[in-house]
Amino acid sequence: MRILLSILIAATLAACATTETPGTQPPAGVEDRKPGTVQPAPGPGTQGVPSKPVTGVDLTGGKPAPTPGVPPHRDPASVLAARSVYYDFDRYDIKDEFKPLIEAHAAYLRGQPELKMLIQGNTDERGSREYNIALGQRRSEGVKRMLLLLGAREEQVEAVSLGEEKPKELGHTEEAWTRNRRSDMLYTGEY
Amino acid sequence: MRNLLAAVLFAFAACSAHAQLSIEITGAGAQRIPIAIAPLAGEGALLDPSGATIGAIVRADLERSGLFRSLEIPRLVPQPTEASVVNYAEWRARLADALVLGSVAARPDGRFEVRFRLYDVVKQTALGGVAYTLTREQVRATAHRIADYVYEKLTGEKGVFSTRIAYVVKRGERYELQVADADGANEQAMLVSNEPIISPAWSPDGKRLAYVSFQNKKPIVYVQDIEVPKQRIVANFKGSNSAPAWSPDGKRLALALTRDGNSQIYLIDPDGSNLQRFTRSAGIDTEPFFSPDGDWLYFTSDRGGSPQIYRMALRGGDAQRVTFEGGYNVSPRVNPDGASLAYIARNGGRFQLALLELATRQTQILTDSDLDESPSFAPNGRLILLATIVAGRGVLTAVSADGRVKQRLSVTAGDVREPAWGPLNP
Repeated sequence: MRILLSILIAATLAACATTETPGTQPPAGVEDRKPGTVQPAPGPGTQGVPSKPVTGVDLTGGKPAPTPGVPPHRDPASVLAARSVYYDFDRYDIKDEFKPLIEAHAAYLRGQPELKMLIQGNTDERGSREYNIALGQRRSEGVKRMLLLLGAREEQVEAVSLGEEKPKELGHTEEAWTRNRRSDMLYTGEY
Repeated sequence: MRNLLAAVLFAFAACSAHAQLSIEITGAGAQRIPIAIAPLAGEGALLDPSGATIGAIVRADLERSGLFRSLEIPRLVPQPTEASVVNYAEWRARLADALVLGSVAARPDGRFEVRFRLYDVVKQTALGGVAYTLTREQVRATAHRIADYVYEKLTGEKGVFSTRIAYVVKRGERYELQVADADGANEQAMLVSNEPIISPAWSPDGKRLAYVSFQNKKPIVYVQDIEVPKQRIVANFKGSNSAPAWSPDGKRLALALTRDGNSQIYLIDPDGSNLQRFTRSAGIDTEPFFSPDGDWLYFTSDRGGSPQIYRMALRGGDAQRVTFEGGYNVSPRVNPDGASLAYIARNGGRFQLALLELATRQTQILTDSDLDESPSFAPNGRLILLATIVAGRGVLTAVSADGRVKQRLSVTAGDVREPAWGPLNP
C-alpha cells in the first residue's frame, strides 16, 4: 500500500509538473533570473523524539540554537525552516528547485494532521494591482495543489493572495522584485 | 469583530492641511485660451477657509485644466461688475479672448449672492451669466460651478471642477481611503486601516464607493455610503474577492472572485445578493469594466498565454480579444464617450498608459513613466488620472487624451495611489 501510494504520488506529481508548465509562453526576458535565495542546509538530527511537550510560542524572532523538543517547523536548522517559493515575472509554475521544499512540507503536514498551513501568494509591484491579486492567488493555489497531491489534506491548507500589497522588499529594483515574487508557507500560529 | 473595529477607524473630520493633495501642472495644451477673470467686486468679504477668493479659485481651476491661460489683471478703479458696460477694446489690448466680470453682495438673511457674466472679447458679445445664493461654507463649491460654466461655454465640453476623486494614501503602515474635491481640497477619510485598501470605484450617482480592503487579512469587497461611516460587505467568499466595477445603472457590480478556483468574473447586486458567474475560462479573468452603454464587460485575461484585454457582451456570447500588441495589457477603462479605451501596457519593460481608439484600432502611449497603474477617466473623458512612481514615491498624474496636459498630484510624506474619478454632479 505504501509503495502504491508513493508511486501514485510520483505519477500525479509528474502530471502536475507537465500541466503546470505553460509551454506556450516565451520566458520573460530580463526577469528570468534565479532568485537569490539560499536554502539552509539540513541540520543534524534534530527531528528526534521530543523529550518534553512544547508549551510556549516563540515570539522572539531570533535564531535560537536547535533545541531538542522544538517542533521541526520551528527549528531554524530544519529543512522546514525554508518557507518561500520564488517565481519569474508573470509566471506561476513551480520551478524544479523548489519542489523538494514543497515535498518536505507535504510530508510534514501528512505526519501532523492537526497542523494547518496558510499559503500567501505575492507578486512584484509592476503591472496591475488587481491582476497581481489573481496572479498571487494562482501562485498560492499552485503550491496548495502540489501539497494536496503529496498527501496533505484539503482542510489543512488554505491559499490566499496578497498580490503586490505586502512586499517583503521595498524599493523599485530588479532585486526587490525578485524577492517579492513569492509564495510563503505559514503554519498555525504564524499568521 | 472587536479586532476588526480596532483595526479600522473611521474619520470624517477633515484631515489636517499637511495631508492634502498638492497639484502641480507639468504640461499644458498647445493652444490655451487667454482669459481675464477680473476680481469680483466685493469678493474680499467672502473667502474660503484657506483665504482664497472666488475669483482666485476659478482662475486656478481653469489654469489647471491646461486649456486656459489666466491673465494678470491690475486692480481696476472703478471695479467693473457684471452690470458694467464692457470696454472690449481695453480687454482686447490686454490680449484677452474671454472675460469674466462679477460681484459678491451680502444678503439681509446672512447669505451671499454671487453674480457673474462671461464675455467673448473677440466677438464682443456676452455669452451668458448666472447668479448663485450661497453660505460661507459654499465658497469653493460655487467657484467650481462658475469654472464649470466658463469651461463648458468656451470648450463645448462639460467641466469637471465640481467633481470629486477617491484615492488611497499609504503613510508608513497606515492606509487611508480618501475622498477629495477634484482640486485636492476638502480631503476626507472614508476608511483608515493598518491593512491595504485598493480599487475604489464610484457608484454612478456618486453616493457610494465600492472598494477592496484587506482588513480581515484577505481581499474582501465592501460598499460604503459617502455620507455614512458604515461598511457593508458585498463579497466575502473563499479565496480572493476584488476588482469591483459598477454597471452604468448602478444596480449591479462586476467583480473578480477565486471561490471556484481561478480568478473569474461574476456579477452581484450591491447588497451582496444575486451572485452570477460571468466568465468561464481556464486562466485568470479579472478587472471587469462596463462599457458606458452597459452592453459590454471589458476585462483582463491571461487565457491566451499572456494578460490581454477582452470584452464579452452582457447578454452572452464569446469573449473577443481587444488588445494584440505586446505581452502585457491590463486595467481596461472605457472613455465615458465610449470611443476609446485606456489601459496599462508593458512597453519595452516599462508599464505605461496606453489609449486605444476603438473604431480605428490606433494605439498611442500617453506617458513616459515606468510603473503606471490604475487609470481612471474624468467624467468628461478629457483627462485620465493614474498612479505612478516618481523619484521612488507614489503620486497621481492626470494626462489629457492627447498626452499634452499633465498634472501631478502628491502628498507630503506618503504614497498616493489607486485613483478613481467620481461622476459629474447631477
